[in-house]
Amino acid sequence: MEANKREKQIDKIKNQKLFSVLIGAISGFINGLFGAGGGMIVVPMLINLLKFKTKQAHATAILIILPLSLVSGLLYLSFGNFNVNVGVPTSIGVILGGILGAILLSKISSKWVGVIFSVLMAVAGVKMMLF
Amino acid sequence: MEYFWFIVVGIVGGLIGGMGMGGGTLLIPLLGIFCSVSQHTAQAINLIAFIPMAIVAIIIHAKNKLIKFNKVLLIILVGVITCIVGCHVAKIMSGDLLKRCFGGFLILLSIFQFIQQIKVEEKK
Repeated sequence: MEANKREKQIDKIKNQKLFSVLIGAISGFINGLFGAGGGMIVVPMLINLLKFKTKQAHATAILIILPLSLVSGLLYLSFGNFNVNVGVPTSIGVILGGILGAILLSKISSKWVGVIFSVLMAVAGVKMMLF
Repeated sequence: MEYFWFIVVGIVGGLIGGMGMGGGTLLIPLLGIFCSVSQHTAQAINLIAFIPMAIVAIIIHAKNKLIKFNKVLLIILVGVITCIVGCHVAKIMSGDLLKRCFGGFLILLSIFQFIQQIKVEEKK
């Protein structure tokens, strides 16, 4: 009985390690290839595979994506893909927007923002893929 | 004037990101479609622009004890290796091909996002 329990526990740890490798492999590749989207993949995987709570998953996803973006960003820089004239004003905007978004999050329905966002993504996706 | 639009596009991307919905996936197409920035450059800018915001967010979340530090080391280790592979795959792709692949990726993500919204609705 005891041995059985222990075996199950070992199985669980093995599964968790396997899931961790899977999550890292997929999100890392996407982050490097597309320079975005890693977080959107990590969050549902943390929730469904590693049983994170939603808020913990969102917070922890940022910790996972930060080192990946740092490595990818430095590589893109070394490839000569960064442009200071575009990058600096855009980054200033991102910081301002980020603060605004965090404040707004508690005040407006994120459901509608989510729906509008997914429609915008689909339109942009079709345009980029086909035209 | 050009700078003004870069800031506006940044604000829109950051706004969505600040609300926890993948701002980068919107920032990159906005830069490409409205500001004629090349796909590789847009991706590089998104990666770099994410860093300062992420550091601030991590400090806040850590204070609120929302981050599980012990469970992520393996994920990060594997992720760093595959992101290096991903970067080199992007490097050898033409801007046009990379843009089209990114478009396909966006479509998949949008379908996924839409289903999630419906799921939230059902739970209520």
